[in-house]
Amino acid sequence: MAKAPKSKKSPAKSPTEDTDFVLHSLQDTLEKDKRYKASDEQLQHFYEQMLLIRRFEERAGQLYGLGLIGGFCHLYIGQEAVAVGLQSALTEGLDSVITGYRDHGHMLAYGIDPKVIMAELTGREAGISKGKGGSMHMFSTEHKFYGGHGIVGAQVSLGGGLALAHQYNDDGGLCLAYFGDGAANQGQVYETFNMAALWNLPIVFVVENNQYAMGTAVKRSSAETEFYRRGTAFRIPGMKVNGMDVLEVRQAAEIAFKHVREGKGPVLMECETYRYRGHSMSDPAKYRTREEVQDIREHKDPIEGLKKFMIENGSKEDDLKAIDKDIRKVVSEAADFAESSPEPKASELYTDVLVEEY
Amino acid sequence: MAIELKMPALSPTMEEGTLAKWLKSEGDEIVAGDIIAEIETDKATMEFEAVDEGTLGRIMVEEGTEGVKVGTVIAMLAGEGEDASDIEAPAATDEVEDVEGEGKDVGREESEAEITKPKPKTDVRDPDVPEGTSYTSTSVREALRDGMAEEMRRDERVFVMGEEVAEYQGAYKVTQGLLDEFGPKRVIDTPITEYGFAGIGTGAAMGGLRPIVEFMTFNFAMQAIDHIINSAAKTNYMSGGQMRCPVVFRGPNGAASRVGAQHSQNYGPWYASVPGLIVIAPYDSADAKGLMKAAIRSEDPVVFLENELVYGRSFDVPDMDDYVLPIGKARIMREGSDVTIVAYSIAVGLALEAAEELAGEGIDAEVIDLRTLRPLDRETVLTSLVKTNRLVIAEEGWPTCSIASEIIAICMEDGFDHLDAPVTRVCDEDVPLPYAANLEKLALIDTPRIVKAAKKVCYRD
Repeated sequence: MAKAPKSKKSPAKSPTEDTDFVLHSLQDTLEKDKRYKASDEQLQHFYEQMLLIRRFEERAGQLYGLGLIGGFCHLYIGQEAVAVGLQSALTEGLDSVITGYRDHGHMLAYGIDPKVIMAELTGREAGISKGKGGSMHMFSTEHKFYGGHGIVGAQVSLGGGLALAHQYNDDGGLCLAYFGDGAANQGQVYETFNMAALWNLPIVFVVENNQYAMGTAVKRSSAETEFYRRGTAFRIPGMKVNGMDVLEVRQAAEIAFKHVREGKGPVLMECETYRYRGHSMSDPAKYRTREEVQDIREHKDPIEGLKKFMIENGSKEDDLKAIDKDIRKVVSEAADFAESSPEPKASELYTDVLVEEY
Repeated sequence: MAIELKMPALSPTMEEGTLAKWLKSEGDEIVAGDIIAEIETDKATMEFEAVDEGTLGRIMVEEGTEGVKVGTVIAMLAGEGEDASDIEAPAATDEVEDVEGEGKDVGREESEAEITKPKPKTDVRDPDVPEGTSYTSTSVREALRDGMAEEMRRDERVFVMGEEVAEYQGAYKVTQGLLDEFGPKRVIDTPITEYGFAGIGTGAAMGGLRPIVEFMTFNFAMQAIDHIINSAAKTNYMSGGQMRCPVVFRGPNGAASRVGAQHSQNYGPWYASVPGLIVIAPYDSADAKGLMKAAIRSEDPVVFLENELVYGRSFDVPDMDDYVLPIGKARIMREGSDVTIVAYSIAVGLALEAAEELAGEGIDAEVIDLRTLRPLDRETVLTSLVKTNRLVIAEEGWPTCSIASEIIAICMEDGFDHLDAPVTRVCDEDVPLPYAANLEKLALIDTPRIVKAAKKVCYRD
């Protein structure tokens, strides 16, 4: 039997001819114009926020090494452009955000005070969860940041619920639900995809593909490594985004959020990124070479990339250095605060178990 | 500004280690990511990675040094514009004493400080039913529905979701009529996807709504138990009281009739062991309605355990506008002075039958319906024990680590001096529930077994 000719990409199909148009329409839009046209002020803001996350996480790593932070501590170094690019496009006070256990960066990208985040990491009374949550369990209802969840994949269905609340209240908001390439293999993710598409929920699912689920490389864990395609079975449009470029992430956010806000249902966005540090602080990193990490650091670093772009566009190196200096100061102050704040009082042990008295 | 490089901890328990090898020398340029030293503990050798940039100034601890305490300055790093050779070692500082509550928590000892456990409210009673109030005989099924419908009329945020709750009118008809009155926005049919919709319901509660999540039976909620416990029950605590999760998980629980092992289990003890959850398991119609309304109004996550075999039984419900019962309060179903029978859910009916039978033999039994399994009403149980000095627990469920076990512990800890006989439990047999009619009957709790146990603690057998 003669083989059917391989279909070449035929761009001329109209939406009525192409029943799968919706699945790639957002990607097509992104391909046309990949980078967000940021103002100088916005560029500086992105730079500051990414640098704040980087320096904060470096310091958190040091405090962990000194025993001031305990338990699990998952650092966001390398992935900064994802949280900053996406969250800068949200409507403050309206949209909601939820993520997994690698949550420090998402909180900083929201403008939450680094002091109360660091104080939570050191388990102090002044921490954002009064020291009762720790690195993986932080929340800010004020900023509509709903955690900080330690069970891999749980945040995806919880995010579906936040989206349901936006739809129920008809408030025009959307939910941004982050998860990793590891969580992408959890069953509840697909249960949620199904209901989100079925009910047309206002949600953007973001796979932060940092290439490793703990120590397991994507190709060793995933039959379909192109995560943005995994919504296809539920007719959720996918987008594949360079998560090391804050301007591309922001551009993708604009496109995805517009689609969702127009009532067209969920979007699945894969941001390809890289985590420089181990899965957690106790990761011996034997599953990848040092050269691989150094190569990404040298050639794809999101902060260096933006810095280069800004200098090419007229920013002065000295000004950027001054920003770095200011941020180091902010992070030092946060660390000092987190080290010197008192621990929670023993009387806090039994508070907040229940809201009401019975 | 020079940066101090300190001996790192490679695990939360490490206190000291050996500085095995320096991989950089004084004067070397360091960039973030460089490996500067190897450190050994009794468990592993780890590489010490630089996070800052600069020039390695003074090495303060020579390689091969053993027993280097975590936090000791091992080298100095000169920043940009500094001369590495000029850097002074930091002056030795006295080790900071680990004062409790003041922050330096490395090597913290167990706190001996007093902790304040919350005291249960003691003045809680069921609402007074005014004299002359009429009663309507209502099935438990309808009473549950009426409770939900009243709360849905009262609060726009309340909605119901689950399998077959809307168009099918409920797999057990508990949600009958709700779709007609409230429409598909508030009565939502879900796919068969318990983990997913339990998560969506929990997330909606975090987002400010008041979801009622129906499980067709609680057997299927085992697929969703992660959200009930990890997401719903713990969030308020983990967020330092910021984030509430007012969701009700409800559905039939316990053995039904001839449905075999996978569809016949009582999850009361499972959920009742979890701090952060409220667990309610009513028996009759008035309690089903009044506690359903309380559950929906509660700011805390509630697991509401119904029973399929009780759905069709009818009991009187007072005709009152707003009949809301207190959570955490047991109900004395029958007063007596010789022996106390504690029960909940379907076992309350069996306990009442047993009490009738015992009365015929001259034993005056008091029957307590716990109604709420968490928080458990210890006071009502212990007060009754003081009166009768003998106690039997009747529970349709396995005996091991059961509510019965918990009641026995309470009686031992706080009622020991009042006991005239060992507290005795009557539970199902400790086997997966068999299908065969005769074996199923053998496995399940029944009235004669309760009667026998009550007589035994009264030394009348």
